[in-house]
Amino acid sequence: MLVKEVKYSPLNVELIRKDFPILQRLVNNYPLIYFDNGATTQKPLQVIEAITHYYTHTNSNIHRGVHTLSRESTEAFELARKTIAAHFNIKNDQQLIFTSGTTDSINIIANGLSRSILKDGDEIILSAYEHHSNILAWQLWAEQHNGKLKVIPLKEDHSLDYDALKNLVTAKTKVIAITHVSNTLGLVTDLEKVKKVAEKHNCILVVDGAQSAPHMKVDLEKLNVDFFVCSAHKIYGPTGTGILYMNKKWLNDLPITKPGGGTIKTVSFEKTEYAEGALRFEAGTPNIEAVIGFAAAINYINRFGMEAIHKHELDLVNYAQYKLSGIPEVIVYGQNPDKAAVISFNVKNAHPFDVGTLLDKYGIAVRTGHHCTQPLMSILCVPGTVRISFALYNTKQEIDFFIEKLKKVITMLM
Amino acid sequence: MSIKEIENEIIEEFEIFGEDWEGKYEHLIDLGKSLPLIKEESKTEDKLIQGCQSRVWLNSEKKDDKIFFSADSDAIITKGMVALMIRVLSGQPAKEIIDSKLEFINKIGLKEHLSPTRANGLVSMINRMKMDAIKLI
Repeated sequence: MLVKEVKYSPLNVELIRKDFPILQRLVNNYPLIYFDNGATTQKPLQVIEAITHYYTHTNSNIHRGVHTLSRESTEAFELARKTIAAHFNIKNDQQLIFTSGTTDSINIIANGLSRSILKDGDEIILSAYEHHSNILAWQLWAEQHNGKLKVIPLKEDHSLDYDALKNLVTAKTKVIAITHVSNTLGLVTDLEKVKKVAEKHNCILVVDGAQSAPHMKVDLEKLNVDFFVCSAHKIYGPTGTGILYMNKKWLNDLPITKPGGGTIKTVSFEKTEYAEGALRFEAGTPNIEAVIGFAAAINYINRFGMEAIHKHELDLVNYAQYKLSGIPEVIVYGQNPDKAAVISFNVKNAHPFDVGTLLDKYGIAVRTGHHCTQPLMSILCVPGTVRISFALYNTKQEIDFFIEKLKKVITMLM
Repeated sequence: MSIKEIENEIIEEFEIFGEDWEGKYEHLIDLGKSLPLIKEESKTEDKLIQGCQSRVWLNSEKKDDKIFFSADSDAIITKGMVALMIRVLSGQPAKEIIDSKLEFINKIGLKEHLSPTRANGLVSMINRMKMDAIKLI
């Protein structure tokens, strides 16, 4: 195991905050309160320094060079793969492919399957709370191939209706593509229930882990799904990289749709023999510094352990939900208790844009709008919501300040 | 009054708030609330300026060589900004509207609302006001 888990429970948030230089800055003359972690997290010095170190000491293109720098950067890149694979408990690190992020990963899967498994008229099942990124690639395929997207509906408490899922599956259902945690509501999908249905009907299971990987322990060996994808920048790492995990049966069976330098063994104008393992899918020069920064981020969070982070964030969610429930003008969406560090709400008779604009004036960064889940907004019958999402550096004091200012904002808007 | 004169009047009106941004925004919200609404039946697709979050409906008409605007938004702060734009530009000659620089927005400290974000649709609204003025000349 490369990952050393030293557990600090509870987290020493005061010390952790010192690792994040951006948290020291003022926004509109107030100390920054960053509650937009679902969109992207802030980066600790350890990540920033890993990237700086790469560019000041090691920078060179990877995999082909014989010189020292190229060897060192290749080693750093492949060590990053091992570090990240160990974090997600991926036994064979070749099952971990670096992409530009969650969206890129989903596109690689959808395009690959469209050249192999998916046939005209087939069906794909998604959930009602998917992010657009896990809708569009499948929809594009469906439009071109007379395919059908079927949607798992929500129950009254906004959690997924798993009984309905059983009735959606037909002989034509080839793929279930589902988010692990709703980016808008924070609700956690019961993957075991989905997996049972997928296994029974021989469906490929694609899991969008963009919002789960930052907040909870994800053990891919145990989870044993076909595909799992997530982005580095939501887990304290740099933007522009993410992972595509594929079950080993797909390593050679998923057709490549993005060929290019790095993916090959030999090339002639007549025929190309492609590389084996992860490299098959990593066309072009990868985002080397981001991958190295991502590994630094993983090492950083493993100083505390995902369990401690999860517990801290859950405390914050429960505290914030309790405080929000004391404001009569506030409606919270997704009240099911199985939740990750995300809360979506609205103020009655106020547009989320107004609430977000005024909170920003107090230095509080929240996200407002449809959160790239327009179908979900239609179901909830709202133009958007205000979303607060937490990370390991957030505190109850920040929530207190937020609640105080939210009350002030409500009086301003009414 | 000319565009410039109205702009100066607004700048003066906002000066009393100084650094008191809360007062300024409360004023902006009040302006939004007092904006004459566009008729519900006029909120048609062709009048809609789709921001990523708040939406704006703009209706433009020509009367006696002058262009008159009415508008609405579903967000109250956007509506306040829209009210200011209408106060400055509505009832002015088309050429003046097209040439207007709307520098008052910067001077009253609300320029963040004209940043190139897709969120509020205000930049698109100003463009639409000028385009409509060109079309209606």
